[in-house]
Amino acid sequence: MAETIIKIEHVSKSYGRGNVLDDINLDIRKGEFITIVGPSGCGKTTLLRIIAGLVQADSGTVSLGGKDITSMPPYKRPLNMVFQRYALFPHLNVYENIAFGMKLQKKSEEEIDNKVRRLLKLVSLTDYEERDVNSLSGGQQQRVAIARALANSPQVLLLDEPLSALDYKMRKDMQMELKEMHKKLGLTFINVTHDQEEAITLSDTVIVMNEGKIQQIGTPEDIYNEPCNSFVADFIGASNILDGTMIQDRKVNFIGHDFDCVDEGFAENEPVDIVIRPEDIYIVNKLESVQFTGVVKSCTFKGVHYEMFVDSDNGYELMIQDYNAFEPGSTVGLIIKPQDIQVMHKYKMENTFDAVVIDSQHVSFLGSEFECTVPERFKPDDKVTAHVAFDKVDLLDYCQDGKPEGKVRFIIYKGDHYHLKVYKRGQTSVYVDTNDVYDKGDLVGINIAPEDIIITACDE
Amino acid sequence: MNNRSTWSLPYFIFLVIFVVMPLLLVLFYAFQDGQGHFTFANILRFFSDSDSLATFALSIEVAIENTVICILLGYPLAWILANKEYNKSAVTVVLFILPMWINALMRTLATAELFSMLGVNLGKGTLLFGMVYDYLPFMIYPIYNILSKMDKSYSEAAQDLGASPVKVFFKVTLPLSMPGVWSGVLMVFMPTVSTFAISEFLTNNKIKLFGTIIQENINSSMWNYGAALAFVMLLIIGITKFIAEDEEVATEGPRK
Repeated sequence: MAETIIKIEHVSKSYGRGNVLDDINLDIRKGEFITIVGPSGCGKTTLLRIIAGLVQADSGTVSLGGKDITSMPPYKRPLNMVFQRYALFPHLNVYENIAFGMKLQKKSEEEIDNKVRRLLKLVSLTDYEERDVNSLSGGQQQRVAIARALANSPQVLLLDEPLSALDYKMRKDMQMELKEMHKKLGLTFINVTHDQEEAITLSDTVIVMNEGKIQQIGTPEDIYNEPCNSFVADFIGASNILDGTMIQDRKVNFIGHDFDCVDEGFAENEPVDIVIRPEDIYIVNKLESVQFTGVVKSCTFKGVHYEMFVDSDNGYELMIQDYNAFEPGSTVGLIIKPQDIQVMHKYKMENTFDAVVIDSQHVSFLGSEFECTVPERFKPDDKVTAHVAFDKVDLLDYCQDGKPEGKVRFIIYKGDHYHLKVYKRGQTSVYVDTNDVYDKGDLVGINIAPEDIIITACDE
Repeated sequence: MNNRSTWSLPYFIFLVIFVVMPLLLVLFYAFQDGQGHFTFANILRFFSDSDSLATFALSIEVAIENTVICILLGYPLAWILANKEYNKSAVTVVLFILPMWINALMRTLATAELFSMLGVNLGKGTLLFGMVYDYLPFMIYPIYNILSKMDKSYSEAAQDLGASPVKVFFKVTLPLSMPGVWSGVLMVFMPTVSTFAISEFLTNNKIKLFGTIIQENINSSMWNYGAALAFVMLLIIGITKFIAEDEEVATEGPRK
């Protein structure tokens, strides 16, 4: 295994009250093509800027080739970056842009000249030396930006969403070119993107981030086939994410049926999350010797395959991709093979809040007061834990006085209901199972019935 | 005539009456003797009159000095104001622009009073002081404007490519802010050439500028010579504008 070139240890960063990066640990090996992928606001760009030195981490260290560079200013770091909107200097032409870094290093005219020509050849822009950067197309500007970043012969090339400003076809072409370049140069590439497809296509290693934390690190195959939690499964590729129960080793129950699977080591009857990729459900016309049946609701042609939504016999909606089309309304047989069922631990079984007892009828948590039955052993001002099941949280379209409110942060469809996270600054997030449809960013009020709040002592 | 050009008619009439007509009148008087005959005498008189030429040279000198001082004072100030690390509130910017809202004549008179109260001898020093005081905001604002709107990623890219903060300033920030400097120059240099109030109040007419002699000629009913001088000044202003605009285009690059 190649040696580690960049080591990130316990890096945290916050702006105001929001935690942008939360204790990030990461080893990047020499020569790897790494992609950090995640939804906007997950902290991926901040992490890249910390590596580049443009942002200072609040805590933690960054080292390069074994040397601590945490407080080294960006202009001394042997790393170069391709900026999101390229940031080509508009007062300089293509040649001068690429030569900018080498001129600062006082390289000889001849050396600069040779290198610029070599780089222009590499990015297929020979004879563009004298062109004004504003007269170039997006793709050409992109190439100049890459050439400029490579001119100082960096140890690591950082790419900040380099392809996001290009149109679809151009982006595909540039992806291939980036991959070629990486092969040819043997440099370490660290790419940041919100495009999961790009991450899977380009990288040796994919890092999935969400809300300032690394969710999973692995090869593209690992990330796609063995997502470690429902967020990764939902973010990378299309998937059916369902609630299930692990009956025993190699046996799991979901959508009202028992299935054989290949997972072991879960507790008996442990609630789990199940992920099944839409291409892994076999759909057939016959109804005998199948695992379960369903009714096709819709069928859309997607080019190579058909995408169908099927209601299973127990009322769960499944997304299925198949090369054959099935008429909407027809009853079909369905089969899922054991190795295609991905079983994951739930990150949380229920909501737990740090609460304070007010009196025998009231506790306070989430910055508000809730009515509930407080066991007699607790006295006012005792610190306790309040437990609320996911499906016992009521969401209101309006905000009630004195009741907490928050924004819907992420939503996963679980076949028969939505699982969503409601976030409020500085408070514990609330997870909710609901049948109602909300959009990301919706402002909702939170209501919990008195009988659904269970109070226990703090350490339980 | 379509609808839109009908709408522009009042503005067109306004421009004809208040811009085109006066300019034509200046031309008309400049190339005429007192009896209404066409002549180059007025223009030739200016170029052979050593007093007028000396005043003209002095005006240009004072204007250049004023512009240079305004750039030297205004640029660092604009840079500090545009830098979020040093200036967190937009109110500070308004404080520097505030003097522009008060009539220049009043400010100049007040400055003159202040100087006489302090017993300062009126002369070239006080003249320059008054000029810088009057025109500094016109230099600060365009530079501040361009610096505060400048994409931060340019200086980040320069740092990333190995430029120390000083190098970032001279290789990227300064060249990219030149359009702001040039519009500042336009707004300071041109009015200074033609001003007469500042020299009148702040030097007690000890120093005469080009604007002053135009005003004196017009006031003493020597319209033809006054118009010829005004014509020369218009030429100078026009030339400055063309130079500055060329520079602006050159530094900004051709637009898409």
